[in-house]
Amino acid sequence: MDETPAPAAKPRLVYRHRLTTRIWHWVNVLAVFVMLMSGLMIFNAHPRLYWGEYGANADYAWLQIGATRTEGYLRVGSLEIPTTGVLGRWSDGEGNIVNRAFPGWATIPSGYDLAMARRWHLTFAWLLAFGLLLYMLASLINRHFKRDLTIRRDEVRARHIWADIKAHARLRFHHPDRPNAYNTLQKLSYVAIIFVVLPVVILTGLTMSPNMDAAWPWLLDLFGGRQSARSIHFICAAALVVFIAVHVLLVVLAGPVNEMRSMITGWSKPPKEPTP
Amino acid sequence: MSLVTRRAALSTLALGAGGLVAGCDRLNESPAFRKILFAGEEMNLGFQRALTDRDALAREYAPEDRSPTMRPNGTRDPATARYNAHRAAGFATWRIAVDGLVHRPMSFSIPHLRSLPARAQITRHDCVEGWSAIAKWTGTPLRHLLDVTGLKDGARFIVFQCADYFGSNRYYETIDLIDAFHPQTILAWGLNDRPLPVENGAPVRLRVERHLGYKHAKYVERIQVIDDLARVGLGRGGFWEDHHDYDWYAGI
Repeated sequence: MDETPAPAAKPRLVYRHRLTTRIWHWVNVLAVFVMLMSGLMIFNAHPRLYWGEYGANADYAWLQIGATRTEGYLRVGSLEIPTTGVLGRWSDGEGNIVNRAFPGWATIPSGYDLAMARRWHLTFAWLLAFGLLLYMLASLINRHFKRDLTIRRDEVRARHIWADIKAHARLRFHHPDRPNAYNTLQKLSYVAIIFVVLPVVILTGLTMSPNMDAAWPWLLDLFGGRQSARSIHFICAAALVVFIAVHVLLVVLAGPVNEMRSMITGWSKPPKEPTP
Repeated sequence: MSLVTRRAALSTLALGAGGLVAGCDRLNESPAFRKILFAGEEMNLGFQRALTDRDALAREYAPEDRSPTMRPNGTRDPATARYNAHRAAGFATWRIAVDGLVHRPMSFSIPHLRSLPARAQITRHDCVEGWSAIAKWTGTPLRHLLDVTGLKDGARFIVFQCADYFGSNRYYETIDLIDAFHPQTILAWGLNDRPLPVENGAPVRLRVERHLGYKHAKYVERIQVIDDLARVGLGRGGFWEDHHDYDWYAGI
């Protein structure tokens, strides 16, 4: 590749993503997709969330998706949001009205099937958990964490973060001199997902296992009880959905072809814009 | 032109999403893929058994940590003629037979069970649906019964035959010997210091802490010791396992 000189008009590609990062990324596309959708089906079996150790129908739920005779609703605390058509009460592909929390197009399986949703969820959980573990080990060894994800003190100063927000607004995501480096907001969000959201979603998942609670009672103390763990599990899942939405939006804004190429082959075209 | 491509893009996206869901539903029915999904249960069972202490006790709570109500689930009243007669008689003639691969098959009345050393525990009941309730359970440790009857060689599973039916299918559940001899595995006849109510499984239900609610068989009238799950029901170890794809391992 170095032997053939590239034409002047064609900018040189830079190697941006290591193989382990790329593999983990695509494994997660599959694993997170299945975990989220099978998780929503499991949630449908009891669409209420509680704080503390216990929580069932007679107890106060801080979040609930339900339906009256005519309307679907999402209730958070004392706030009730009408959600007919999307949450609580919706119509399926054949026009039947269904009173259930999340609609069929968002769940695996699409019809109500708690047992199979659990089998999807608890099988693909291995991919998510051990994928994260292997990626973390690889990223320690190949120094991906240290080189690309270490947040320097000057990066988290308010002025720097504000500058980064303004750069994002102008769709400038990378410093032309260091096209391989993640920008600050990118680093912060990746660090939050890799070191907070994913580990917490896995540990709160384990806390819902009665056998794990017996063996590792510290799980219950860490999250404040099994029902708190279930609530935190759901909040983490929601955080993942927000992250994915922003992530995909930014990929589209930054140039989807180049971004997809860099996550598949590792090679990326550096930005052309002048130094901000 | 751009409108057409945008519409094309949107419909491709909608088709793609619909296709993914339909694809997952097809995988859900595919025998080969179901094998993979069902293998996850074996992996989880193996992993948890390898990683955790088999004798670990489920957390026991203080009286003030209890739920205001213990939500019943599943059958709330077997309502068969036989059960109704027992109920009317205060379960005075209810018997729990212990048989199968035992040296001395026996039958226990409720007073007999209550005369054996009892155990009380305030534990959390976790339903497969997601909810939890904490209550005090009093009962006879299962291992007292198994010690009295003695197990024959080859005994591997304990079957709990129940008096309630789902349609034409009688409810039953099975556990292995690790759980059978666990100190918190009791045949409970008391709930929150009162006789076990009908909706919670009167006169006797299984408490097998460390498992989800559907393992905790209610209205128990026969305890059978077997060598192979294939000998009972459709061979998957329980009503929900046989008919609704539930995991036999309910520790997760």
